Amino acid sequence: MASHTLSRFMSSDAVYSFSRSPVAVMSAIVLLVIVLGALGAPIIAPHDPYDLASLDLLDAGTPPVWAADGSARFLLGTDDQGRDMLSAILYGSRISLVVGFASVMLSLLIGVSLGLISGYAGGRIDTLIMRVADIQLSFPAILIALLIDGIARGLLPRDAQDALSIYVLIFSIGISGWVQFARTVRGATMVERNKEYVQAARLIGMGPSTVLRRHILPNVMGPVLVIATIHLAVAIITEATLSFLGVGIPPTTPSLGTLIRIGNSYLFSGEWWITIFPGLALIALALSVNLLGDWLRDTLNPKLN
Amino acid sequence: MAPAWLRGASFLRNRPMPVWRPGRTPGVRTQHIPRAFIMASFIAKRIFQSIFVMLAVSFVAFALFRYVGDPINNMVGQDTTLEQRAQLKEQLGLNDPFLTQYLRFVNHAMHGDFGTSYRQRRPVSELIESRLPATLELSFVSALIALAMGIPMGIYTALRRRGVLSQSFMAVSLVGVSLPTFLTGILMILVFGVLLRWLPTFGRGEVVHLGWWSSGLFTGSGRLSLIMPAFTLALFQMTLIMRLVRAEMLEVMQTDFIRFARARGLTERAINFRHALKNTLVPVITITGLQLGSIIAFSIITETVFQWPGMGLLFIQSIGVVDIPVMAAYLLLIAFFFVIINLVVDLLYFAVDPRLRVQGL
Repeated sequence: MASHTLSRFMSSDAVYSFSRSPVAVMSAIVLLVIVLGALGAPIIAPHDPYDLASLDLLDAGTPPVWAADGSARFLLGTDDQGRDMLSAILYGSRISLVVGFASVMLSLLIGVSLGLISGYAGGRIDTLIMRVADIQLSFPAILIALLIDGIARGLLPRDAQDALSIYVLIFSIGISGWVQFARTVRGATMVERNKEYVQAARLIGMGPSTVLRRHILPNVMGPVLVIATIHLAVAIITEATLSFLGVGIPPTTPSLGTLIRIGNSYLFSGEWWITIFPGLALIALALSVNLLGDWLRDTLNPKLN
Repeated sequence: MAPAWLRGASFLRNRPMPVWRPGRTPGVRTQHIPRAFIMASFIAKRIFQSIFVMLAVSFVAFALFRYVGDPINNMVGQDTTLEQRAQLKEQLGLNDPFLTQYLRFVNHAMHGDFGTSYRQRRPVSELIESRLPATLELSFVSALIALAMGIPMGIYTALRRRGVLSQSFMAVSLVGVSLPTFLTGILMILVFGVLLRWLPTFGRGEVVHLGWWSSGLFTGSGRLSLIMPAFTLALFQMTLIMRLVRAEMLEVMQTDFIRFARARGLTERAINFRHALKNTLVPVITITGLQLGSIIAFSIITETVFQWPGMGLLFIQSIGVVDIPVMAAYLLLIAFFFVIINLVVDLLYFAVDPRLRVQGL
């Protein structure tokens, strides 16, 4: 059974078009390397950037290994406190990925539920949800995320802010991104609602929530997957941007954005590697997710473009 | 309006504009609604929507101002007695009913009074007034750059699709979309500020004061300081406009009227610019207008990277120290800009696309 499913999957259109697209394969490899590096950070990373005892200020500002006074112990050099940049990037991309995934999941959950309700119920509920969506959409997502982040800071007690910052960040990025999901799902639901299988399901006495979950949801998931992939890149960049602006992840558990922020103040003293390497990691991550999203969109629905 | 080649025909000239209702037989004139009326009702609808958005945003801003953190605690020192606090609370009207407080907040905001900053102990309106010119100058210049470079690049890549230059424009634009704004800024600082030492990396340089407006456009150092932030801010919008113009041009080039223009033996130049480009401009105007709003919002990031003394930097600093009145005022102001821009774009759209005038909306 399992081998049958596997062989069916391997001979599907998606796998064929994937193997024929060098860009998709390259991006998948890059993404896989980053994800594996992030997951395996405790095993792979040569140093533990959270272990303050292992830091030595004498190592601070070591350039990468190929520079004149680089050290083989620190492949990509060290930051201002003697933290190994390679390890910091591995652990940092971990946080970036976690925040990215979690906030996309939150957006997806809110957006898909509201979109299903809006498209299926119609009438006043639909108008209300879509009006809110329109207002939110007329502002850039990053502004919404910044605002929610600022409000959360005002509401939370001062000493809990650092500990909770990752959840605040997930919440604010998640809330800022639900509209695209809701609009797409609403459109698809309105089409599906009038099809015969839905009428048949209602005819045998299924309630609206069962019809939505069991019948309509599986049929609107295609475009949702595409939006989720593209949104993942947006969420990762937003997280990095907020952390860079100093309202995201605190420097004690650095994400890629926080590392770039730390390095930014050392740019003028010539220590470029503290900023550039996390920056390159971020670009590679965002670009590969974006390219995979593009490929997914073209494969799942050539007309969607 | 009839197409240019038919315009000489007098029988078309003085006829009232027909109104087609969907679902009825096309070609049958049904009802004549004066154009001015359609336009007026359209404008009225849009203005009503804008007011609704502003009220919603002001409600959020008010809730923020009133309920996030205690306004009294933020205004007085540690040694203020409870009686004094209660008195201040009464004085500021914080005991009034919710609606009264909200209406007072809106009324004050409409008169440009946003309260006093918790941290800087200065009126918020004064702070914003001193920062506004920097942000507007930066946004305006980068919008100009994005348009002046994006549109020609879009036209070029659409007309010479297989050219090496076009392909490289497209590749660069893909990177431009994936590159976060702050990284672009940092890379530019590294190259032009630190390695080459050509351009200043922070601040506005010298400014000239014209009344309350301070401008960096009239001094050499001001203009030099503007280059990097403006390009950083423009890059993303530029790639967006370029891709949009390209896609629209490619689509228009496939249409019948372009084929017809070819058949009439028009020159390539006339086809490309007088017929094709003109028909791509409607979506370009819309998107660009809306992008102008997001340029003002994205200037938060650029201003932080380049320590540009504008509103965005003020906003970020106020989030860091939870300076609620400044946050609320910034929110209101940005919403106001957005609403105005949306309104202008809608009207422009109306002016550019004759179909809207006929159908109304």
